[in-house]
Amino acid sequence: MADAALNTGRPLLRVDGPLKVTGGAKYAAEYDAPDLVHGVIVPSSIARGRIVSVDTRAAQAFPGVLKIFTHENRPWGAHFSVFFKDPMGPPGKPFRPLLDGQVHFSGQPVALIVAESFEAARDAAALVRVSYHTEAHKTDLEKEAVHAYTPPRTRLGVPPTPKPTGDADRAFASSPVKVEATYRASPENHHPMELFASTVVWGADKTITVYDKTQSPKSVQIYLKAAFLLFGRRVRVVSPYVGGAFGLGLRPQQSVFLAMLAAKALKRSVRVVIPRDQMYTLGYRANAIQTVSLGADEDGHLHALKQEAIAATSQYEDAQDPMLFFSGLLYGCENVKLAYKLAKLDTISPCDMRAPGAATGMFALESAMDELAYATGRDPLDLRLENYIDYDQMEHRKMSSKALRDCYTQGADKFGWSARTAAPRSMRDGRDLIGWGMATGIWDAALSPLPARATVTLTADNRLEVTTSVTDIGTGTYTILSQLAADAMQLPMDRVTTRLGDSSLPYNPTQGGSWTASTAGSAVQAACEKLKDKLLKHSHRTDQASLTSDPSVEFVTLLNVAGKARMEATATITNLPFGKKFTSATHSAVFVEVRIDEELGAIRVTRVVSAIAAGRILNPLTAQSQIRGAAIMAIGKALHEDAASDHNLGRCMAHSFADYHIPSNADVFDLEVIFVKELDTEVSPIGTKGLGEIGSVAVAPAIANAVFHATGYRVRELPITIDRLLPGLPL
Amino acid sequence: MKRFRYMKAVSVREAIGIFAAEPGAALMAGGTNLVDLMKYDVSTPTVVVDINGLPLHDITEQPDGGLRLGALVSNADVAYDPRITERYPLLSSAILAGASGQLRNMATVGGNLLQRTRCSYFYDVQVPCNKREPGSGCPAKTGLNRGHAILGASPLCIATHPSDMCVALSALDATILVEGPRGVRSIPFSEFHRLPGESPERDTTLEPGEIILAVDLPLLPPSMGYSYLKIRDRLSYAFALVSVAVLIKIDDRIIQQAHLSLGSVAHKAWRDKDAETLLVGAAPVRAVFKRIADRLLDSAIAQEQNGFKIELAHRATVRCLEQAAAGTPQSQANKRIC
Amino acid sequence: MILTQDSTQIEVTIHVNGTPHAVKTDPCVTLLDLLRDHLQLTGSKKGCDHGQCGACTVLLDGKRVNSCLVLAISREGSSVTTIEGLGSIANLHPLQSAFIRHDALQCGYCTPGQICSAIGLMLEGHAKSHDEIREGMSGNLCRCGAYIGIVEAIEDVMESESSREENR
Repeated sequence: MADAALNTGRPLLRVDGPLKVTGGAKYAAEYDAPDLVHGVIVPSSIARGRIVSVDTRAAQAFPGVLKIFTHENRPWGAHFSVFFKDPMGPPGKPFRPLLDGQVHFSGQPVALIVAESFEAARDAAALVRVSYHTEAHKTDLEKEAVHAYTPPRTRLGVPPTPKPTGDADRAFASSPVKVEATYRASPENHHPMELFASTVVWGADKTITVYDKTQSPKSVQIYLKAAFLLFGRRVRVVSPYVGGAFGLGLRPQQSVFLAMLAAKALKRSVRVVIPRDQMYTLGYRANAIQTVSLGADEDGHLHALKQEAIAATSQYEDAQDPMLFFSGLLYGCENVKLAYKLAKLDTISPCDMRAPGAATGMFALESAMDELAYATGRDPLDLRLENYIDYDQMEHRKMSSKALRDCYTQGADKFGWSARTAAPRSMRDGRDLIGWGMATGIWDAALSPLPARATVTLTADNRLEVTTSVTDIGTGTYTILSQLAADAMQLPMDRVTTRLGDSSLPYNPTQGGSWTASTAGSAVQAACEKLKDKLLKHSHRTDQASLTSDPSVEFVTLLNVAGKARMEATATITNLPFGKKFTSATHSAVFVEVRIDEELGAIRVTRVVSAIAAGRILNPLTAQSQIRGAAIMAIGKALHEDAASDHNLGRCMAHSFADYHIPSNADVFDLEVIFVKELDTEVSPIGTKGLGEIGSVAVAPAIANAVFHATGYRVRELPITIDRLLPGLPL
Repeated sequence: MKRFRYMKAVSVREAIGIFAAEPGAALMAGGTNLVDLMKYDVSTPTVVVDINGLPLHDITEQPDGGLRLGALVSNADVAYDPRITERYPLLSSAILAGASGQLRNMATVGGNLLQRTRCSYFYDVQVPCNKREPGSGCPAKTGLNRGHAILGASPLCIATHPSDMCVALSALDATILVEGPRGVRSIPFSEFHRLPGESPERDTTLEPGEIILAVDLPLLPPSMGYSYLKIRDRLSYAFALVSVAVLIKIDDRIIQQAHLSLGSVAHKAWRDKDAETLLVGAAPVRAVFKRIADRLLDSAIAQEQNGFKIELAHRATVRCLEQAAAGTPQSQANKRIC
Repeated sequence: MILTQDSTQIEVTIHVNGTPHAVKTDPCVTLLDLLRDHLQLTGSKKGCDHGQCGACTVLLDGKRVNSCLVLAISREGSSVTTIEGLGSIANLHPLQSAFIRHDALQCGYCTPGQICSAIGLMLEGHAKSHDEIREGMSGNLCRCGAYIGIVEAIEDVMESESSREENR
C-alpha cells in the first residue's frame, strides 16, 4: 500500500501529547465524585490454607472506617456462583476475591477496608488481624516441574502448540551435530507505572460510571453487569487514558471487582487503588524451564528441533500462552516436536505480559540457535539465513508476507555485523569485553479474534469525530486512528478528534495481542468509506468515482448539500477464524552490543538495532517509540527482572521497585529501529500487521547471545545478573 | 501508617527533651526513609519530631582545617558544595552514586546515617524479621539472601547497611557529633554503626535521646587519590551489591597511607585498619592490592545465595584501589568502569 | 512546641503554582495525596508511593523532590510547582513542547514527574552532558521506555537555552 497519503505513514506528533505533558490526561484513580470513599485491600500473609478468623474490631473502630468486607460478610453476586467466569479467563475457575476462606496465594485479598479517606482505609487495614489454618504450599517451579502436565483444555484465543512433524527424536539422535540445553526464565511482573485502580461512581439515576484501568472497557462492562447482576442499571466503563498495562489489564482486575462490590453494597462511590507492593498479586509472566534440542549437519542445516517448556500456572486455572507456538515457523526443519506443559503452583494465575510466551520461548530457541552456530562454526546470522524458510512448514501454508530476510540484511548492515570477529572474547576495549549477539523474533499478525466496530461522524463545522471503545495504553492508538480518518476523509489532522476508552462507544474488544492498530484502524477506515458513500448518496452526486479520488474535495460541502448538520457511519471488522489461506506473522532481527567489565561482570547494553517487518507503518515516530520501549522492557527481562519468591514463605519478596528492578534511564544507550518495507494485503485491510509485541521478542536472546560472545560463558537463566555471570569471568 | 502526633522542634534542647521523654518518638529530617517505613508500618512512631527547623543546615570550616557538615544539610548540598568536591571528592562521588536526584535533594546527612536496611524481609511486616520484631526470626537466612551480608553477620540477622555516603565517611575517618540528655559527645565513625550481634534491632551506638548534630570531616593530606566504585543490579537508582571507597596517598611509587571501606557487605561500612597497614610502604601494584583484598575478606562467610559477593567484593576492592592509585576515580555518570 | 494531638487535623498553607492553599489536614497526609485528593491536582502521579519511581516529582521551593515522601504538614508556607503550573496546552513550557516533539512519552503516566524532574535537573546545573542527563533522570522510571526521547528533549531545551545565552 503506497503511502501517498498526507498523514498516514508520516511521523506526526502524538495527538494526546499536549494533554499528557500538562497533567491534563486523567487516569482511573483521578476522577472525583461526591461522597467518594476509598477501599484498601488487606492481603494474605500465607500462600495456602484457610482463614480461621478475621478480627476487624480495631480496624472497624478506626475513625473514618465505614465498612470492612471479608469472605464472611461479603454480599452475594453472580461472581460467587460456581458457574461464573470472566470472558478472557483461561480454563479453570477464576480467582474471585472474598469468595470464601480459602487462600490460594500469598498476597490474596482477604479483606477490603472502606473508609472516608484513603489514609483512614490504609491505616485501618494494618489493624486487621487474620488467623489462618496454614497448609503446605508449593511455589517452587523447580520442584513442581516433575508434576508438569499438558493442559487438557486450550485457552480461547491462544493458538495451540503445533503438532509434531516427522520424527524429531530419531532425527536428533542421528544428527552429526547436537545441541541440547536447558534454559530458565524467571517470573516477571508487568509493573505499569500507573497503579491498578478503579473509581466507581454510583449515580442516583441508576447509572454507574466506572473509571477503570483496563485494556478493555467493554469487557469490564460486560463482566461487571454479569458479575454483579446490574442489569437494571446503566453501567459505563471509562478509560480514556491508561498508564501502561502490558497485558495486566486484559482481564478485569481485583480493583474493579472490589470497588464495584463495595459501591453496590454501600450505594456510594468507591475508589480502590492497588498499591505497588500488591501489584505482584495481579498476575505475572510465567517462569519457565525449557529444554531445546537441535540436531543439524556439520553445515548447520537443521534436521531436528525439539523444544519442551514447563511453565508455571496457578492451582485454579491453566493459564496458557503461545510459548512454543512460533518455534516451528522460523527455520526449515522436517522434524519438529514441541511440548508445552504446565506445573501448578500456589500463586495467582500468570497473566499475559508483552509478547506473552514468545519472549520466553524465543529466548530458549534463539539461545540454542546461537549455541548451534558455535557448534558448527557458523556465523549466527549466516546460520539463520542458511535455514531460512518463507512458508509455514507446520501448517503447510504460505506466509502472507515475510520480509525477515530484509530484517537480517538491513539490521546487520546498520549494526556493522560484518566487522564481528567470531571467537568469544575476541573483541574488547580496554577492560570491557565486547559482545555482539543477534536473534530472530516473531509474533502473530492478526485482527482481533472478536469483531470490532468504529463510528465516524462528520459535522457541519467540518469536524470529524472517530469513536471506538478500545483504549490507548500508550500505544499511539489515538494518533494513528486520527491519521487514517484524516486521510480517508481528506481532512487535515486538526479537524479530526478521536475518542477512545469508553464502553459506551462502538464495541471494540480489547487493546492487546498486537491487533489493535489493524483492527481498530481497519474499522475506522471502513467507517470512513461508508460515510463517504452515504454523503455521496445523500448529495445525489453522480461523479462519485472522481470525487473520492480527488483530494481537493471537501466532504463537508456534500454534507451541506444534503442539508444535514451531521452524518455518521459505523463499520464492523470481522476476523473469521477459519478458511485462512495464509499464516501471518511479524518478524524482527535484533543485533545487540554489550560491554562487560571483564572482572566485575557489570553489563551495559550499549547498542541495539531492531529491524522490524510488520507490514505498513502508520506512524514511524510512535512506532519507533513502541519498538524502543519493547526493547527496553526486554533489557529488563534479560538483565534485571525477577519476581523472586521465598519458597519457605511461598511469597514473592520482590514487591517494590527497590527489589524488582526495571531498567532506568542510565541502563539505556543507543536503540535504533529500522522498519523494513513489507507489503501485506491479507492481515488487515489497511496493510498493518501490529507492533505491540514484536519489539520485545528477540531482544533478550540477542543480549544473552552477546553476553556469550563477550565472555565465552553461556548463561542459560534470565535475568543475567552478576552472580550468574561471575563464574564465567575467571581472572 | 500508625497515627502519630506531629511536633516541630525549634531548638536542639527541645528536640532532645521530647525525644528522650517519648520512647515512641522518631525524628524526621528529610523523611525519605522514615515516611517510607511508616507507610509500610515498619516504623510506627507515636510522635514524629520534625527537626528541620533546627540550626543544623550549614557546612562550616573547622579550626583543624576540616569541615563540619550540619546534620540537616541535604545530600545534594553536600555532594555539590565546592569545598566538598575539592577537598573530599570521595564523599561527593559516593553520595552521587546513591539514590536519585530527588531523594538527594531531600535526604540529609544525619538521616543518611540513620537509614535502615533495605532487606526485603525487614520491609514486609507480614513476615518475620528479628531487626523489625526481635525474636520473630530471620527468613533471609534460609530464603532470598543474594544481597545480604558476608561480613560481621550474626545468627539473628544478615542485613546490610545500604548507605553509599557512609562508606565514604568511614574511609574518611569522620566523627559524628551528637547531643543527648547527658550532653555533647563525638563518636568515631567506625563506632557509630554496630554489628547485629544479639540485638539486630539496634543499628547504631546512639544512646536514648541522642540526636546527631553534625559530621566532622578531618583535614586530609593533600593530593590523595580516591575512588568510589559501586556495583549494582542496574546502572542507577539501585542499592549496591558491593561498593568500595578508597583514599590513597602515594609518594614516589610508595603507598604512604590508605583508607579502604566496603559497603553493602555488612551491617555497617566495613573497615579494617589493621589490614590497611599492609599497604603502607608497599608499591601500588595489583599483587599488593590483591593481598589486602584477601585479608579484608578472609573472614567472609557466605549465605546460600551470596557467595558471589565475596568474589565480587574482592575484585571491586582491587579495581577501586587501582582506580584511586592511578588518579582515575570512577565516574558516577559514565557507567563504564574505568 | 507541640502542634498536634493524635490525628488532629490542622491547617497548613502551601503555595501551589503561585496560589496559596490553606488545607486542613491530618499529619499523616503526604504532599502528593494533598495535591491529588484534596486539591484535585492530579497531574502529579502516584506510581509507587515510596520514592522509588519518581512519578510524584514536584518542585518544592524550587527543588525537585518525591512528593510522596513529604508530610504536607511539615511544609507550612512552602511553594510547590506541579506540572499544572508549568504550562498549559495553549502555552506550553519549552520542555513540554520538546517532550511532544521527541515523542518522549507513551502512556503519559510518568510524564509529569519526568518533566518536573528534568526542570529540577536543569536548575541544578547538572544536565550538561548526555551521560549526566541519563544519570540525573534515572530517578524517574518509565515502563513504556521513553528514555531516549526524554534525554533528547532535555538536550534540545538545553541547547536552545545555551544558544540564547550566546546570542545575548
